[in-house]
Amino acid sequence: MKEIVVIIGGGIAGLEAATQLLKLGHSPIIVEKSERLGGHVADWNRLFPDLTPAKDIVEELIASSKDANIFLKTEISFINRLKDSYNVMLSNGISISTRYILYTTGFKLFDAQKKEEYGYGIYNQVITNADLEQWFNTGKDKRISGKEISKIGFVHCVGSRDEKARNSQCSKVCCITAIKQAIEMKEKFPDAEIYCFYMDLRLFGKKFEDFYIKAQRDYGIHFIRGRVSEVSENIDGRVIVKAEDTLAGKPLKVTLDLLVLMSGMVCNPESTKAASMLSLPIDSDGFLQSCDNVFHITSSPRKGVYYAGACTGPKTVPETLAEARSAVLEIHSDITNQKK
Amino acid sequence: MIYQGKQKIWSDYQKEIPDDHWFYVRSCIRQNFFPGSERMMMEICRNVLGKDFYETEHHTTCGGIAYHCDTIPQETAMTIVARQFALMTEAGYENYVASCITSFGNYTEILETWHEFPELEARIREMLWKACRKEFKKPKYLAHSSDLIYKFRNEIAEKAKFRLIDKETGEPLRVVEHIGCHYSKMFPSKGVGGAEYPYVLAGMIESWGGNVIDYPERRHCCGYGFRQYHVKANRGYSLSNTHKKFESMEPYKPDMIITNCPGCPYFLDRWQYVIAEMEGKTYGQNGFGIPVFTYEEVAGLVLGYDPWELGLQLHQVAVEPLLDKIGIEYSAEDKYKGLNKKDIMRPGLPENIKCF
Amino acid sequence: MSIFGFKISPSSAINLDKIDRSRFDKLCSIEPDAFRCMACGSCSATCPAAEFSGMSVRKVLHCLQRGKEEEAFRMMSNCMLCGKCTMVCPRGINTRHLILSICRIYDKEEKK
Repeated sequence: MKEIVVIIGGGIAGLEAATQLLKLGHSPIIVEKSERLGGHVADWNRLFPDLTPAKDIVEELIASSKDANIFLKTEISFINRLKDSYNVMLSNGISISTRYILYTTGFKLFDAQKKEEYGYGIYNQVITNADLEQWFNTGKDKRISGKEISKIGFVHCVGSRDEKARNSQCSKVCCITAIKQAIEMKEKFPDAEIYCFYMDLRLFGKKFEDFYIKAQRDYGIHFIRGRVSEVSENIDGRVIVKAEDTLAGKPLKVTLDLLVLMSGMVCNPESTKAASMLSLPIDSDGFLQSCDNVFHITSSPRKGVYYAGACTGPKTVPETLAEARSAVLEIHSDITNQKK
Repeated sequence: MIYQGKQKIWSDYQKEIPDDHWFYVRSCIRQNFFPGSERMMMEICRNVLGKDFYETEHHTTCGGIAYHCDTIPQETAMTIVARQFALMTEAGYENYVASCITSFGNYTEILETWHEFPELEARIREMLWKACRKEFKKPKYLAHSSDLIYKFRNEIAEKAKFRLIDKETGEPLRVVEHIGCHYSKMFPSKGVGGAEYPYVLAGMIESWGGNVIDYPERRHCCGYGFRQYHVKANRGYSLSNTHKKFESMEPYKPDMIITNCPGCPYFLDRWQYVIAEMEGKTYGQNGFGIPVFTYEEVAGLVLGYDPWELGLQLHQVAVEPLLDKIGIEYSAEDKYKGLNKKDIMRPGLPENIKCF
Repeated sequence: MSIFGFKISPSSAINLDKIDRSRFDKLCSIEPDAFRCMACGSCSATCPAAEFSGMSVRKVLHCLQRGKEEEAFRMMSNCMLCGKCTMVCPRGINTRHLILSICRIYDKEEKK
């Protein structure tokens, strides 16, 4: 008999989990609150470090999971705990009885307006990493297209490692994303000077360091160690950035045509809401709390409830996909053991 | 600049400002620097707005300057403040209004500290009792006097005789607003509009017809900085900070500057003379400086009070070109007349910045 | 000193708008590795001239990128070309060669 697995969230984790569950002969149901699949990755243009088009990955995942039951524009209304199973009530009135729920609720992009001193939403030439990806995708953004862009800045750690913004965690992917975007901008604007303002460069993943060296050596991108403290606008609409060049121990300022804020990953309030329906524990960083952070990252303390992807903390795309497979394997072996 | 973005932030930082029944404490230095300002505050509150506005001759300094210069311990500063609160309690008020920005910051900081450390508040109560047998209630509302003018800016605009508009062209004046550091930088939620884009003065300028200038060094300190000015060896830093602000606002050709702090208008005004002497540079038009006002002076001007009644003859930078631009009448002859038109002589005039 | 007994203090801030990086670009064209420094400081830690004279290859590269050419040149005049920094650089920058190239490009005579 086919086992039903309810997957909350149709981002790449949910799609990959559904794909693998289908392969193993189960019956996944994806509940996605928005009107399309693919989550944040669907908004991105190219992915580090190989510059893989995000579209290809999302399309492939959607194709491979097409036999799953998919509910778009649907939310979870409530979840009832029964003796050995759960009753999941959807906003479209459908109720599902299942023994397995997989949370792939993902993250939320930090709202850059909260960092008032950076002036996102106030100064025209301040954009976010997501805005830039959108421009890569559509080519439409009045702040970039048709403008003379000769100096660009990237601010790392916007809303990450920032206790005042209530996010003390590192968002993990922004360093490499900034370098990726800096290179892409240098390719589009070869004469532009590009500055990356960083606190630490955390380039942990495979090929990330190569990417960094390439950015320095081949693209001449300037790395300034110091967090941007304040942004303002000058009379011709360009932005002035103040930071400390901590390697020189001196204050530094520069006028830029475009400033890109690397908004970090923060916990998704939808995640928290869905978790509260089963009283699942929330970690100090606001993300869902796994059983432990080494051996059982995909396990929740509740029987039959699993996690995959950025709902438990910032993750890269390959990490997210690996976790989705891992969670599916856990679910599958549990099903198989039950049947014995 | 995206105006709606600022409006969103302003809507996030609205503070509750009481309507009436205010207990007012003056600043130590404003009465010497800009003597007409506090008098105008009372005039506006009592006679223009018809409010209950109380002040007592028994209040003292808040100890803010000494506290910031590290010459008195925090407990002493707190006990001084406790005594001020006791005076308010004795007079039967609960809305405390400070004329000085640093006092306002000081009161805010102390109330927050007591909130976090109630045992410290208990100790201060004991010290106050031992020192002068007084007891106090904490204010229900704490406001800076610019908050009050902000709250009633539209009433003032309705009663105004003049607007911040160039009478020749009909164009709004270009106005720089400068907020004292201790207004909201320490506690952004305690200031109207927050700390990055404060609205308290911008709101007045908008209501009274002017255009607010947002220039790159807008958030920067005026330069006073107690330790920078009071220590002569550091005085150049004070001047340099002011110089940096003027260099930054210069391309916008401001008509005037409005401030809400005791030190800022003084230094923004007087340092223009010093910069003119040192660098031969002036920032206003035709060799004049940019006139700097307190918000009470501007309120008084738009309400039609006589400029010399407001004490504008005590400014270093000449205000006459601006008065002419708005169309405010004044008697050039009476500028340096004392009470009952008594002749009190005229000051010497500097060479490098035009003054009358 | 003016009649006031104080004056407008010069700013120590680095203003990137006012930096002429043409010589650094020229340096990078013949020494692409100049841009690969990640400011780890191994070179200065091991330099036999550093603790007496303030010489630091890391700082030299940094100063050149921030328009402080005089300062960089002053530091470099203390280099003895012993090659220890080349040995320790984790990114394999040929610091000896780099220093000689800097001397050529930033030569004071040429500057005039």
